[in-house]
Amino acid sequence: MPDNNKSLVVVQLSGGNDAMNTVVPYTDGIYHDSRAAIRLTEEQVIDVNGSLGLHPAMGSVKKLWDQGNVAIINGIGYPTPNRSHFRSMDIWHTAVSDSIAPDGWLGRTIREMDPNHENVLTGVNFGLGLPRSLHCKEVPVASVGNLDTYGLMTDIKDTQNRDYALSFFSRMYGPNSGRDAIMEALGQNGINAMIGADILRGANDSYASSVEYADNPISNNLRDIAKVMFADIGTRIYYAQHGSFDTHAGELMNHEKLWSDLSVALGDFFDDLKAHGRDKDVTVLLFSEFGRRIEDNGSGTDHGSGGVAFVMGGSVNGGFFGEQPSLEIPEQVEGDMRFNNDFRSTYATLLDQWLNVDPYPILGDHYEQHELIGKV
Amino acid sequence: MANNNDTLLMAHLMRRAGFGASRIELDALVEQGYDETVDHIIDAKPEIPVSDYMIRRYQPDHGSLMGSTTNGSNWLYRMIWSDVAFQEKIALFWHGIFATGYSKLANGKVLHDQIKMFSKHGLGSFENLLVEISRDPAMIVWLDNCESHKGAINENYGRELLELFSMGTGNYTEQDIKEASRAFTGWTIANTEYMTLKSQRDSIWPYGRLSFHFEYDPDDHDDDEKTFLGRTGKFNGEDIVKIICEQKATANFISRHMYSFFVADEPPVPEWPYKEPNDSAAIDALSSVYFDSGFDIKEMLRFLFKSEFFKSEKVWNKRVKSPVELVAGALRLTKEFDRPSREEYFTCLRTSYMGQWLMHPPSVEGWHWGTEWLDSGTLVERVNFSSSSLGNLKSAGVKNIAENIRKSIKAPFKPEQVIDLALDQLGALIVSDNTRSNLVEYAESNFKSIDDDSKIADISNEDVGEVLKLVGAMPEFQRA
Repeated sequence: MPDNNKSLVVVQLSGGNDAMNTVVPYTDGIYHDSRAAIRLTEEQVIDVNGSLGLHPAMGSVKKLWDQGNVAIINGIGYPTPNRSHFRSMDIWHTAVSDSIAPDGWLGRTIREMDPNHENVLTGVNFGLGLPRSLHCKEVPVASVGNLDTYGLMTDIKDTQNRDYALSFFSRMYGPNSGRDAIMEALGQNGINAMIGADILRGANDSYASSVEYADNPISNNLRDIAKVMFADIGTRIYYAQHGSFDTHAGELMNHEKLWSDLSVALGDFFDDLKAHGRDKDVTVLLFSEFGRRIEDNGSGTDHGSGGVAFVMGGSVNGGFFGEQPSLEIPEQVEGDMRFNNDFRSTYATLLDQWLNVDPYPILGDHYEQHELIGKV
Repeated sequence: MANNNDTLLMAHLMRRAGFGASRIELDALVEQGYDETVDHIIDAKPEIPVSDYMIRRYQPDHGSLMGSTTNGSNWLYRMIWSDVAFQEKIALFWHGIFATGYSKLANGKVLHDQIKMFSKHGLGSFENLLVEISRDPAMIVWLDNCESHKGAINENYGRELLELFSMGTGNYTEQDIKEASRAFTGWTIANTEYMTLKSQRDSIWPYGRLSFHFEYDPDDHDDDEKTFLGRTGKFNGEDIVKIICEQKATANFISRHMYSFFVADEPPVPEWPYKEPNDSAAIDALSSVYFDSGFDIKEMLRFLFKSEFFKSEKVWNKRVKSPVELVAGALRLTKEFDRPSREEYFTCLRTSYMGQWLMHPPSVEGWHWGTEWLDSGTLVERVNFSSSSLGNLKSAGVKNIAENIRKSIKAPFKPEQVIDLALDQLGALIVSDNTRSNLVEYAESNFKSIDDDSKIADISNEDVGEVLKLVGAMPEFQRA
C-alpha cells in the first residue's frame, strides 16, 4: 500500500478527560475510596482485563477493542505537568513543553509531507476555528465548519459570473508587494480557501454510504471526515474536537454523555470505513490535555496530570501500552497520577511507523516508540 | 465626496468604539468634533436600547433566553440597533476576558444577565467589576465556586481570577491560588435545594430552568487567616480583589487587553509573558491612568481614544475584525433585521462558523484574536457573509446605499466613480492600491463610461449591487 493512502485522524478531547473514569481501575481500593461521589462500580464498567474496565458508555470502543483494533496508552503525559487548560493544550499542540512554540506538531508534519504546498488539503480541520496543532506558518490547512455549504461567494448562482468575480478575488488576495502581517494572513488563507473549496465541494457531492450517523457535532465531523477520505483528494491529516471534558461538577452525568456520543460516533465511523474497504488505511488518535485529580471534589474532579490516550484502527496493535499508574500515595504527584510515558513517544510512533515521516525534525528530539502499528 | 482626514479619523474611532458608522453618521460626528465625540461616547448613560419585552413580542425565542443561541442573537440584535453601540462593545470586550459559556451552564438567562452586568459596570472601577464578576451567578457555576467549601476548596475560580482575569501567569504562586480560593468560599448561588429537586426530574437542566442568583453563605466561608501576595489577614473575597487591583501586574494586564481590543492586535494572552507589547509606552501610559484614576476603566478609555497612539494612522485597520464585529458592522449597514426574527437567529449562528459563538467561548481563556481568527475555513465563512450581505438589495440599508451611489453619479461618468462612492458610503473605507485597481477593473466590466447626463438614469440598483458583492469580498472589509 503506498504511504499516501495512510491517514491520521486526531480527535481532541478538550477540557481534560478524566482518565480514571475512562479506563477505570475498578478493583483498586484507592480508586474506590477517592471517588466516593463519582465512582464507577464493577457492575457498571465494561471489564477489559479483570482489573481495568471501560466507562459504561464505551460499548462501541469495546467492540473495536475485541477486534484487536484499539491501543490504550495509560499514564501518558509529560514532565512537570501544567494544570492550566490552555498551557497544557498548547504543550500537546506544539509538542514543546519547556517554551512557547509558534506552531503545531501536525502543521510541521504537513510541511514535511508537502514542502511545496502542492495540496492545500493535506490537512483538514472539521469544526469551528483551527487548533494550534495544525497551525504552521505558510502551511495551508482547510477548516470546514459545515461541508454541505462549503465554497466562496456561493450566493452568485451563475457559475460563469461567479468564476469571473472569483478571478478578481484571487487578484485582491494574491501576492502583492507591501503587505503587512494581517494582509499576509488574509492573502494566504484567501487563496488557499479558493482552491480547497472547489475540491471539497466535489467530495461532498460524491459521498454515498449505508451507515447512518447520529446527529451531533462529533458524529457530523467524523461523517464529514469519511466523505473527504473516500473522495481520495490526498488528505493525510484530519482533525476534530469533542468536549468539554472539564468535569469539575456533575461529572457522572456529563462524562457519560460525552463518551456515549464519542463512542457511538467512532463505531459508526469504523463501520463506514469497513464498508468502503478503508479500515486499514486509517489510524485514529484520541488525546486530552491532562487527566484529573485522583480524589473527587464531591461532584466532579479538578485539573490533574497523567492521562490516557487511545490509538485505533485496522492497522493498530491492540492492547495496553504505557503502565497503569499506581494510585498509592507515594507514587502520586500532588494528588495526581504520575505519568510514565511521554506523549511525544506516541507522536513519534505515529509519525514514524504510520505516516512514514521522520519524527526528529518535527519533535526536535528522539523519543522511544511504542509498538503501536503492525498489522499492515 | 473627498474624504478629509477628520472623516477618516472619525471612521477609525467608530470602528473601534462601536461597529463602524455610515457616511451620513460620520458627517454628523465630524461636525460635532473629535474630542466631543469621544466624551459623548464615553459619558453616555447606560441604557436599554431595545427592551427585552419588545424583543419577546416579535420573537419569543429571543425573549425566553434559555436556549444556547437565542441569548446570543438577542445580544447581536442590540449591537445592530443600539444608539449606544459603545455600551455593547464594552460588554463584548469583557465577555472576551471573563469568558463564560453556555456549554456548562445550560441556562441562557444567567449569561444574558452577565452581559447586561458588563454593560452596567464595565465602565466603572475595575475593583468593582471584579467583585461583580465574583458574585455573578453564571461565573460562580462556570468556574465551580459553588462547589468550593470551607475546608474543601475548589480552586478553579481562584486560579482563573489570577491567571486570566487580572494579573496573568508568573505573578503569583500556587499557594496564592489556594488562599484566594479560601477567601471566596461561601460565595455561592442560592436556591440550590430547589434546583436539585428540579434536576432530578429534568436532568438536561442541572441547575434548573430558573435563573439562579448570588448568595453569600457565612457558614461556609473560611474565616481563618490567609496569606495572599505577601499580606496576611482574615481576608474575604473583596479583600483579595482589592489586593489584586493594587498590583502593577494587574494594571499591565488590563492595559494590554485594552490596547489589543481598541488600538491594534497584540498576540493572544498565552504569549504575553514571552513577547513584549507592540507599544510599551502606550501600555505604561494606560497603567498610569489606571492608578491615577483609582482603577477607572472609563478614564483609561477616555485617555486611550484621545491619545496620539490611538489616533495615529499607523494603527488604522491594524485589527482583524472579530466575527461578531464583522457581522454586527455589516448588519448595521444593511439594516436587514428591522425586528427580531428567526433569520437573525440563523445569522447569529454564522458567527460561530467563523469561530466566535457568542456566550460559547472555546474555554475560559476566551477567543484567540488577531490573525488567529483567520484560517482558510473561517475566511470562507467571513467573505461569503460580507459579500452576500452587502450585495443583497433586498435589505433596506443596501438599497439605500445603492441609491445614494446612483444619485451621486454625474456625467462624465467613469466606472471607477462607483467604486469610490461605494467605499465612501460603506463608512469612508481605505483600501490598498491593488484592491482599488481590481475593484475598478471589475466595475469596468459591469459599467460603461457615460458622457451624457441623460443616460445616467440607465444605471440600476442591480448594477451597483453586483459591484457591492465584490467590495464585500475585499480583504480590507475584514479589518477594523
